[in-house]
Amino acid sequence: MNEISINHILFLSTALFFIGLYGLFTRRNMITMLMAVELILNSVNINFVAFNKYLFPERLDGIFFTIFIIAIAAAEAAVAIAIIINLYRSHQSIDVEDATEMKY
Amino acid sequence: MLSDFLQLMLQELLLTIIIFILLFLKLSSKELSKVNLLNIINLLLLINLIGGFFTTNSGTLFGDMFQTNDLLIFEKNILNVGVLIISLQSYDWLKTHKHLVEFYILMLSTLLGMYFMLSSNNLLMFYLALELSTIPLAALTNFDLEKRQSSEAAFKMIISSAFSSTLLLFGISLLYGTIGTLNFVEIPAALNGSPLQLFSFILLLTGFAFKISAVPFHLWTADVYEGAPVAVTSYLSVISKGAVLFVFTSVLYTVFEPLSTSWYNMLFLLSILTMIVGNLFALRQQNMKRFLAFSSIAQVGFILIGISGQNIVSTASVVFFIVIYLFSNLAAFGVLTIVSAQTGKESMNDFNGFYKTNPTLSWVLALALFSLAGIPPTAGFFGKFFLLLAGASKGNYLLITIAALNMVVALFYYLRVIQAIFMTKNEKPIEKIKVHLFPKLALLLCVIGIICTGIFNTVYNYIFSLLK
Repeated sequence: MNEISINHILFLSTALFFIGLYGLFTRRNMITMLMAVELILNSVNINFVAFNKYLFPERLDGIFFTIFIIAIAAAEAAVAIAIIINLYRSHQSIDVEDATEMKY
Repeated sequence: MLSDFLQLMLQELLLTIIIFILLFLKLSSKELSKVNLLNIINLLLLINLIGGFFTTNSGTLFGDMFQTNDLLIFEKNILNVGVLIISLQSYDWLKTHKHLVEFYILMLSTLLGMYFMLSSNNLLMFYLALELSTIPLAALTNFDLEKRQSSEAAFKMIISSAFSSTLLLFGISLLYGTIGTLNFVEIPAALNGSPLQLFSFILLLTGFAFKISAVPFHLWTADVYEGAPVAVTSYLSVISKGAVLFVFTSVLYTVFEPLSTSWYNMLFLLSILTMIVGNLFALRQQNMKRFLAFSSIAQVGFILIGISGQNIVSTASVVFFIVIYLFSNLAAFGVLTIVSAQTGKESMNDFNGFYKTNPTLSWVLALALFSLAGIPPTAGFFGKFFLLLAGASKGNYLLITIAALNMVVALFYYLRVIQAIFMTKNEKPIEKIKVHLFPKLALLLCVIGIICTGIFNTVYNYIFSLLK
């Protein structure tokens, strides 16, 4: 069986990065925006694991970084969702178009 | 090994212990009155500050993950002074707040993150510390729980900081792909300026520029500053920005030194844009917090000029300027905190005729604004002078000329506030404000700092001696 080359994996991670960016810029729902950020983080994770496995298998720096990113992403999502809940209480909506009191 | 650990991480350990004490204080906070709690916490912060002056060790820990030296300890002490001043200033606001212990727990957690960020010697450590210093800050921004603006600001903060750290991470992952190491000592030897490395560096720079709110990555700044409680705003604009600037300088000078010709041009562009946009937007602001937000963006532009100089003098001038910036910005925010906590007024028109009723506060605010603008007897002049001198060492006089012109624009809008305070007539100015002992002490510290750091050269000489 042929092994998948690193190019394929890097293509996947880069595509995921830009899908995440696109989602973050176009979506108007706060929770969905958060999900888009998670997509970008996952693309970074794939990058780290792929580089570690294919290019530098003797040291585990990349894998460790991935584990930490997953943990931090969970913490970030927890705080963000707490903020969104609090915002929902005052605005009765989680659409970003409704939270535009401060501009310029 | 253990004694090494205790000596090198003394400041971090002290802060961790204080955070734990606060957790226990929270459990027993029913029995203690708010005033007593605040007294205890301020005493703890004072102990933290004093403890910092007794550590003078340098070395690395945890397999080169963590490093410390005299300059880093000095930078941490600067942050400690700032935190103590902010804590004293926000006395009136915190006295009425339901969750005051949590406020301190979150604030000190971010401070701990900044300590580790300053001491980081590895990109993994740096990323973890950066997140520790930004995630609790978003929660702090939401601390006026009932105010609509506060939660809006908090959401803007968390989403933009999450986005910026993903860009930073993507940069780090590509850098890791090209050189296979994350250690700050090993990276410079492996850098060769290949296109992928430059791209990853640009992503890293973007992440940093978001945190220090350099134009064109500044869009979150003004909204977050306006919506957050004033105490948090001053923390964001001084402590958090100062810590990132320290790290930014050292990362550029040590880790990315081989790419210096590329990043010089990037800094050139960033600093010009930051100064011009910051100043022009500051001209039209009516809310004092927004006004100070844009003025702090413009100050970052000047700091970037200093960083672009790339020698010992520029590191010294950047650290020196941040000390001065801390005192002057905290003095301005301090007056604002006191006024906002007691009257709820934050608009510039409310300050018309402020001098008639509150002459002392007016003088403090005027001194702070003069220092921010860079008028000679105050420390701000010397800070800016050293920054421009460091920037001029590269021989790029276009940059210096633009900076000088921008200082004139800056002077105009700072003087507009001073005109409102001293000259504009107002039938109903803000009534006489009674200032409590703690905020008074904090303002006194700031005023002493503004005057003395400029006139006496001990601080600058001390910073310079640490760098040699």
